[in-house]
Amino acid sequence: MPLKSIIVTAIVAFAAGLIFASFAGYELFIPGLLQGAWITIQITAGGAVLAVIAAFTAALAKLYGPTPLRWLANCYIEIFRGTSALVQLFWLFFVLPQLGVTLSPMSSAILALGLNIGAYGAEVVRGGINGVSREQWEASVALNMSRALALRRIILPQAVIAMIPPWGNLFIELLKATSLVSLITISDLTFRAQQMNQATFRTVEIFTLVLAIYLGISLLITFGMRALERAATGGTVRGRAN
Amino acid sequence: MFWDWNYTFEILPMLARASVITIQATILGFILAAVLGLVFAILRMSRNRVINGATTAVVEFIRSTPLLIQIFFIYFVLPEFGIVLDAFLAGTLALGLHYATYCSEVYRAGIEGIPRGQWEAATALNLSPVITFRDIIIPQAVPPVIPALGNYLVALFKETPLLSGIAVLELMQTAKILGSQSFRYLEPITLVGVFFLVFSLIASAANRYAERRLTGIGTR
Repeated sequence: MPLKSIIVTAIVAFAAGLIFASFAGYELFIPGLLQGAWITIQITAGGAVLAVIAAFTAALAKLYGPTPLRWLANCYIEIFRGTSALVQLFWLFFVLPQLGVTLSPMSSAILALGLNIGAYGAEVVRGGINGVSREQWEASVALNMSRALALRRIILPQAVIAMIPPWGNLFIELLKATSLVSLITISDLTFRAQQMNQATFRTVEIFTLVLAIYLGISLLITFGMRALERAATGGTVRGRAN
Repeated sequence: MFWDWNYTFEILPMLARASVITIQATILGFILAAVLGLVFAILRMSRNRVINGATTAVVEFIRSTPLLIQIFFIYFVLPEFGIVLDAFLAGTLALGLHYATYCSEVYRAGIEGIPRGQWEAATALNLSPVITFRDIIIPQAVPPVIPALGNYLVALFKETPLLSGIAVLELMQTAKILGSQSFRYLEPITLVGVFFLVFSLIASAANRYAERRLTGIGTR
């Protein structure tokens, strides 16, 4: 329902934009923006993979790890949730080289954003696992499954389905956060927008178009996650039964 | 390169001054978010499909696009239409607007949590819509969602470094300038991180306390 209205607004906004702005001479800035959008998509994809890995690792360590590992996972989650994504990005980009570790801007970007979203994701994963009903664990014990086997075969498959919608939101947060990488000299969509703005002074057109591109990518994520959810539930129950 | 305490104490006063700007932006931004969020939430409940649909669309649009671009939009694009704001104001406005969309969802949950009987009683007493909202619905809908709003206050606070993108001299921008002057980024940026971490942890603790105190109010 909101999806439909977003699409309607996008069209209306675009139409309004056409009235206000003339897109003559668009070839001056559109190719640059599209190159930027490609970088943005790459960082989003890389960050998403890292976030999922980090989130599952941290959540499983926090739930089932030995005490030191649990403590480590807690520190990771609190530090990355408690400070700004931009501070983390700057820390990796400006401070790490001074400590003798130099990462390329692209790796700093994916690392910082992936770990940042991963910390929020860890809580989603933990909530998903805790949301599986106790009886499922009890049934696994009754069937003489080890805890690892029960987790892998019984609990996680159910938990993952419940996690899909919140992960969709997190991926959109990740996409939005990728705009920060423009501040560490990566020529993503936001960076290109500023660059093209300084070169052509077509401020209104450029920033409207950039907002539309971000909206387009986030709609793609929303559609993708919905398709994933449908595929995962096999068109049967939505979310977990309770 | 190791931590230099002398340098730390040298820059601490400057960072402290900059943190005032950060806190001002947070408070102003959040007041805007809280008020505008309520407006969005009420507009979204409108029976008029145009108002309802347009508000939903605007909210979803703002939520789906990056805050940094919205800051740039307000700072660079609005002057083209004759609205010139200084960097601090533009940034705070963008922060407030962005988080208003999140707050509106929170309010909506609060309003939807009100039993139907309250609406029916208001109708039975022939109260006007304005009075119904002001005296019946909002006083019951808002207190239970204060902890959820608190979470967004912390989130907004953590987004204030984005204002450095339009050169507002808040904490992050000051840290970056200090770093570029001395070529020592370790201390300023780490201190900024610690500042946010400490405040976020305190705020979450306060929020949990508020949540415990307020959970009784929403339920009857």
